[in-house]
Amino acid sequence: MKSFTYTVQDELGIHERPAGLLAKTAGAYKSVVMIDNGTKKVDAKRLMAIMSMGVKKGTTVAVTVEGEDEDAAASAIEEFFRTNF
Amino acid sequence: MIVKEGRSVFKGVAIGRIFVYRRVQKAVSREQTEDTAAELQRYEAAKGKALEQLKGLYEKALREIGQEEAMIFDVHQMLLDDPDFNDSVHDIIENERMNAEYAVFMTCEQLAATFLNMDDEYMRGRAADVKDISGRVISILNGTQVSPEAMPEPVIILAEDLAPSETVQFDKSRLLSIVTQKGSANSHTAILARTMNIPSLVMTDIEPDPVYHGRKAIVDGFAGLIYIDPDEETMAKMIEKKGRTDAQRALLQEMKGKETVTKDGKHIRLYSNIGSVQDVDAVLENDSEGIGLFRSEFLYLGCDDYPGEELQFEAYRTVLSRMGGRKVIIRTLDIGADKQIDYFDLPKEENPALGFRAIRICLMREDVFRTQLRALLRASVYGALGIMFPMIISVKEIIRIRKIVEEVRLALERENIPVGDFELGIMIETPAAAIISDQLAPLVDFFSIGSNDLTQYTLAIDRQNPSLDAFFDPHHEAVLRLIQLTCENAHRHGAWCGICGELGADMELTAKFIQMGIDELSVSPGCTLELRKRIREC
Repeated sequence: MKSFTYTVQDELGIHERPAGLLAKTAGAYKSVVMIDNGTKKVDAKRLMAIMSMGVKKGTTVAVTVEGEDEDAAASAIEEFFRTNF
Repeated sequence: MIVKEGRSVFKGVAIGRIFVYRRVQKAVSREQTEDTAAELQRYEAAKGKALEQLKGLYEKALREIGQEEAMIFDVHQMLLDDPDFNDSVHDIIENERMNAEYAVFMTCEQLAATFLNMDDEYMRGRAADVKDISGRVISILNGTQVSPEAMPEPVIILAEDLAPSETVQFDKSRLLSIVTQKGSANSHTAILARTMNIPSLVMTDIEPDPVYHGRKAIVDGFAGLIYIDPDEETMAKMIEKKGRTDAQRALLQEMKGKETVTKDGKHIRLYSNIGSVQDVDAVLENDSEGIGLFRSEFLYLGCDDYPGEELQFEAYRTVLSRMGGRKVIIRTLDIGADKQIDYFDLPKEENPALGFRAIRICLMREDVFRTQLRALLRASVYGALGIMFPMIISVKEIIRIRKIVEEVRLALERENIPVGDFELGIMIETPAAAIISDQLAPLVDFFSIGSNDLTQYTLAIDRQNPSLDAFFDPHHEAVLRLIQLTCENAHRHGAWCGICGELGADMELTAKFIQMGIDELSVSPGCTLELRKRIREC
């Protein structure tokens, strides 16, 4: 299992459009990708679930990636967080 | 006449008939079903159709509006395809044995409630997206979906609120304006209205009552008002206002992005005159190529005491950064005569136009001058700066100015504060300067002719005195000859020459100025595109 933490810098937090792209990015891999904001843990392939977390600027989330392509998936998703949130 | 107030999201005037838009919404029936497989199939078919429609809307928005705005329909497709949404619908159909419409409706209510309960305004707004996609599926299921193409002529849409999918599917050639009772300045609809250049109001104090349907109305996006059944006077006033903005917008469409070149292919620098940092908006909107005169007086007039270096630096830096590498010519303090400032404590004069003003104050009050120069030189690294000095009459003054500028530059260097490249120029607004322009030109990078003062001093006519109008001739041969002389002398010594006074915008003289070899014309932002058009005809 791979994991990383990330503190959201974007003014709007994890908002709609990039959240959609995140779900697409995560969906491209076989691994199970989970996002944990401390109170809730959701599947990163599910847009509604990501949005319902309501992650705001300054919140630190923990992301875990587990599966056969976890190395590639974790680095792609970490990169996605850095460029979009 | 009925007048209602709203919040304008796009400036402009629209005149036409009202089309009251109401969602056809049949109450969602709640029915038990035995054949859950058939219901699931109905749902999947409706969802497939909805996804197809959303894909179409995405492509339409991409084509007609832009990537950023089209994205919303991509997100809508993802939401509709979302496992949580679909799991819930399936669950209600299969386990509660309910009809598809009801299953979608209940799923929508639950998810929308989740968003509505979040303590984040942006996220609460997302409930509308969930309702939008659910509504689409339900209307496909119960056959209430109607094509909104039923508008017989271009109309003003009056609605309670519009979902982005509704806004985008209106035929744009028939859409004059959108007026909604709800909505906000940042709603998708408002953003779309702005991108589509449609004068529109949100949060308007009006019900989308069918009694308004088909009635004549005017939307004034400048004042944020809608007039229903306007009287003749209002109509005449608004037709005129619409004419003006339409002409300006048409000009913008025609001339924006075009080069300012004469028929012979000579490029004329078309710049703007501004008097505050906010004016940069108008400069950019009108596609001006630079700022030919930034009057720095506003910094001094807005204060109770001399403005400090930091305050000035911030203002100059902001303008230079916003202009993104385009030329910005800032004129140093030009007060005295008709512009007086209390804390300067200037003596009362018999003849202020010929008195203690502009560069004369700066050279007598070097502390004030040096503060401004420090701020200017520090800002020079943020763009293409030109510094211009007003009311010059002699070589001696320029030599003195250059010495002070050099001292300020060296002082900054010693403090390790970076200074960029900049041009130095002078205003030619006295006959003296024009006549000895051959001696002044080698000492500067450019001349900018201040035609208002040059005319006043050459003709000895006070422009403020209306009783002299009979004697005043803005095209007086003496002034034109001085301009020609100045321009020739500039070119002979490798300097460029522009005009930043009112004559620069005088279209009757444009051809003459180009013939003289004028390199730059700086006018108020609103005149830019008209002048570009004129130059392209010369």
